[in-house]
Amino acid sequence: MFRNQYDTDVTTWSPTGRLFQVEYAMEAVKQGSAAIGLRSRSHVVLACVNKAQSELSSHQRKIFKVDDHIGVAIAGLTADGRVLSRYMRSESINHSFTYESPLPVGRLVVHLADKAQVCTQRSWKRPYGVGLLVGGLDESGAHLYYNCPSGNYFEYQAFAIGSRSQAAKTYLERRFESFQESSREDLIKDAIMAIRETLQGETLKSSLCTVSVLGVDEAFHFLDQESIQKVIDTFEKVPEEEEDAGEGEAEPEAAPAAGTGEQGGSGDQDVAPMEI
Amino acid sequence: MTFTVPIDNGDSVKIAEEESQRTLYPYVTGTSIVAIKYKDGVLMASDMGGSYGSTLRYKNIERVKAIGKHSLLGASGEISDFQEILRYLDELTLNDNMWDDGNSLGPKEIHNYLTRVMYNRRNKFDPLWNTLVLGGVKNGKSYLGMVSMIGVSFEDDHVATGFGNHLARPILRDEWHADLSFEDGVKLLEKCMRVLLYRDRSAINKLQIAKITEEGVTVSQPYSLKTFWEFSSFHNPTAGAEGSW
Repeated sequence: MFRNQYDTDVTTWSPTGRLFQVEYAMEAVKQGSAAIGLRSRSHVVLACVNKAQSELSSHQRKIFKVDDHIGVAIAGLTADGRVLSRYMRSESINHSFTYESPLPVGRLVVHLADKAQVCTQRSWKRPYGVGLLVGGLDESGAHLYYNCPSGNYFEYQAFAIGSRSQAAKTYLERRFESFQESSREDLIKDAIMAIRETLQGETLKSSLCTVSVLGVDEAFHFLDQESIQKVIDTFEKVPEEEEDAGEGEAEPEAAPAAGTGEQGGSGDQDVAPMEI
Repeated sequence: MTFTVPIDNGDSVKIAEEESQRTLYPYVTGTSIVAIKYKDGVLMASDMGGSYGSTLRYKNIERVKAIGKHSLLGASGEISDFQEILRYLDELTLNDNMWDDGNSLGPKEIHNYLTRVMYNRRNKFDPLWNTLVLGGVKNGKSYLGMVSMIGVSFEDDHVATGFGNHLARPILRDEWHADLSFEDGVKLLEKCMRVLLYRDRSAINKLQIAKITEEGVTVSQPYSLKTFWEFSSFHNPTAGAEGSW
């Protein structure tokens, strides 16, 4: 996408019928680190890669609890994501207060989408620069939605957003047909394996990812490091043993591995510091 | 009810609206509602009378209405406020239907919505002068609850409003049990309504019984209860106290 004379504000159409500012906002989502969601009939798993601004800082929170039965994972401008999460929490709690009943997630995403649409049709606003994977429960079971800066929303069996999400999407495309009937444990395992795809060779450790689950009889909560590591161990056992065995030789190899990790980090330096 | 107080200061009469409009007393009122949970859902009974003070003025008022697919609402108290509540619920259920997304408001949600409405009006010193009974069935679960005009709200296996609380509930406490059949439920309600007919002076002998189950709502045609007035002491009521009535 190149600069052109129709991309200055969101209320200008291009001759080909595009709103470039909205499309640029969707680009911002692609710059954030990966977030993944999958669902079965009864559960939804949201997972993301923990990315820190620098070695000194802690990683940004990308998954938020909206209510016991709804969670959201974001990619893009975290500030926008935080504000929208607050809006979602507010809507959810207002509904609970009036009706003593959980807000159906399908209705929440429509409210979110309408809010995003407003920003595409006002000259004094800009579109939200964040993509939201909303997972939640309804009367009809578990649902996963993706809310776009454009104001569109789609329902998915599984989806990935953010940088290097294509690798995760490829993995999910191969496996998604089995997700509807998956057990909770298999769903979590698939989520972590999809995360691994986005890391492109970097060793998967529980400190690198955050995983959350919600289900029909399970309130939204995060999995602790130990549980995540246990799942990782079930499919990453062999490579770890080799590294332990060949530790002496592995050291010079470990350094270049760390080097590529750092290079990967510096490659992301075109990414604005406000995007995670 | 607008309170306008003319203030005469000599030059001109200024009319000031001292208080905003608010309800002080009811005008056309309905008497008790009695409702019970039974095997397949909820049964609700009410008479069809609307009293204007001590006059039994209106004899064809339906005080039990279906709300959405899953609920029944019965009201005692001011009839016009009941009609207002029905308008609120109409809007609510319309919006719910327009979503068309497989989700629908069940009796619990409507009960809580009504509780919020009643309590908020009470806080403004402008109550909806009703005691409401909300019954329904959703996903196999029966629900029966009540909200008063001051926003007191609770759920129970059997509820009654007004005089029903004093005359019907003791009967229900003794004779209600879980999993009543439809026939037994109706018999029990008729027993309560008969006592109310004898003893509540604002009751009339024309009642409806409404039933709600998973399948939906049925409201019976109006009918009357058989009463017995041939007690010997009724023949000469002043026998023991000449001059009284």
